[in-house]
Amino acid sequence: MDRLLLAISTFCFLFGFAYTMHALGARVYKTSRLNFFAILSGFLCQTAFLWHRGQTLGRCPLTNRFEVLVFLSWSMVLFYLLIGPAYRLSLLGAFTSPLVFFFQIGALLLVDDVPSKLKLAPNGWLEMHAAISVVAYGAFALAGVAGVMYLAQERQLKTHHIHSIFYHLPPIRDLAVANGRLIIAGFALLTVGLGTGFKLGSMFTHSPLTAWSVGVWVLYGVIAAMGRVHRISPRRVAWLSVTAFSLVLLTLGGLRFVTEKATL
Amino acid sequence: MEILCLGLSHHTAPVELREKFAIPDGEVGAAAAQLRDAPGVSEAVIVSTCNRVEFYVAAEQAPAGLAAVREFVAARFSAVESGAFFEHATASGVRHLFRVVSGLESMVLGETEILGQVKKAYAAASESGATAKHLNKLFQRAFNVAKDVRTNTNITRGAVSVGSAAVDLAEKIFGKLAHCKVMILGAGETSELTAGALQARGVKSIFVANRNYDRAAALAQKMSGAAIHFDQWQQHFHDVDILIGSTAAPHYVLTTAQLTPIMRTRRDRPLFCIDLAVPRDIEPAVNDLEGVYLYDIDSLQAIADHSMNVRRQELTICEEMIERHAVEFGEWLATDWPKFRATGSEPQQAKTG
Repeated sequence: MDRLLLAISTFCFLFGFAYTMHALGARVYKTSRLNFFAILSGFLCQTAFLWHRGQTLGRCPLTNRFEVLVFLSWSMVLFYLLIGPAYRLSLLGAFTSPLVFFFQIGALLLVDDVPSKLKLAPNGWLEMHAAISVVAYGAFALAGVAGVMYLAQERQLKTHHIHSIFYHLPPIRDLAVANGRLIIAGFALLTVGLGTGFKLGSMFTHSPLTAWSVGVWVLYGVIAAMGRVHRISPRRVAWLSVTAFSLVLLTLGGLRFVTEKATL
Repeated sequence: MEILCLGLSHHTAPVELREKFAIPDGEVGAAAAQLRDAPGVSEAVIVSTCNRVEFYVAAEQAPAGLAAVREFVAARFSAVESGAFFEHATASGVRHLFRVVSGLESMVLGETEILGQVKKAYAAASESGATAKHLNKLFQRAFNVAKDVRTNTNITRGAVSVGSAAVDLAEKIFGKLAHCKVMILGAGETSELTAGALQARGVKSIFVANRNYDRAAALAQKMSGAAIHFDQWQQHFHDVDILIGSTAAPHYVLTTAQLTPIMRTRRDRPLFCIDLAVPRDIEPAVNDLEGVYLYDIDSLQAIADHSMNVRRQELTICEEMIERHAVEFGEWLATDWPKFRATGSEPQQAKTG
């Protein structure tokens, strides 16, 4: 039942992505409610999946890598729904949809959805710690998406080669602001998530996950500081956010420890 | 019932002739009502803009309807003989109106101002009681066609002039332009037009620097801006978001060496440089500086040309859409007048105006 919800959700994101690509290909892309509702429908199905899975497990559904991927996708869409309309970044959805689609199709087809072997009593604080941390990665993911959009738009402006997508991408200043705020939001959430984890106990101490999470925290802390304090150019912030999230993706296997070592 | 159109436009008449037939905005409603009262005419709408004067009528018989319009024109405009008038009857008249509202007949292909002008003309005629079932249906349909064409094709895409290309680029850099500060170096006509286009999109703060201070002051006053002495422009430059260069200087007024330290202080504020001068005012290498976007007159013209080519490529799609709408309208009209299904004739040059 819950995997069906996820499959429907995945289809919604595929539809949103395909629709946008078709419209861009035909060069008649307009801000479309259809695309927005496809993403919104996908989000509602994701939410229903997580709620159903949470009810079944009796805890926050972050017990294996499959669920972590879905939760991460949900977080990305959550930030898109919060940030996109505020900044009129309609095309942000078009860039977010494929990433969410690949996360979810990967989770459905490639990742075993087996319950964690470790059975511990539900712990609200620990679950909140894990959930906040994954939501933080969602913000970083969307910052990476905004970074890609910034670099695409900036390149066209610099080289004077104006393609049809130019007219659909938002102003680079708006993208720079969105990128910076997403990094700050993700960093703040990860700070809370890690802080909660450390305060809860020593289960993370000395684990590879601890080192990995702290590494990500430091990386984004440095980017946030460079953007805010040292005021490096938005272009460099965009490059850094894309590079940083690519690194996070490449080391995503580390998240396995969340499920198998973190006792959730 | 027949739909007829008689008129002249920039395609058939020079401005010296068009202006003789122009009807002021405040009079088109009454004039339409007057035309509606002519023998053989059932309904009338008059569209009068700087590029066209067109009389749309619904009539029981085409010859009588066209004759009535010709008589009306002759009486109102002192019987000026002109071969510049075209006539459309039946399906051709419907297609013509659909092309007009879609911007396909406009001087600048795809421009959207004409739709508002036709809407006003229709509203004036409607308020004066000059329209009824057929023209109401026709014009409502025409407005739907215009929306359809604009929404589903690229006929209005992109900027087709240097000024509008500059404005589009500025908006893609800064978003809303209300808080942008513009500096004009050299009080030339092109820079004034470009600054005016930026002002129309929300720019409020404009500085003008010119070697002749009086000219700077005059332009500044015209644009509700501030004039500065040319040798002081660099002191005001730190807050500027958009720089328009159009001086007659034989050398670069702004160089990479000058701009590099300034950009360090601006941090994350981009700078849009529009170089309209020939010889150029701004060293091309400034485009390599981070956060600086430099466009000269050729690159802006290239964008405008590209947009116009895109619009021309859309013409076939637009024509197909218009044809589909014309056929659908014809099917509705055929309930009153079966002959509409026949293919519309090409526009004919009238013998008398």
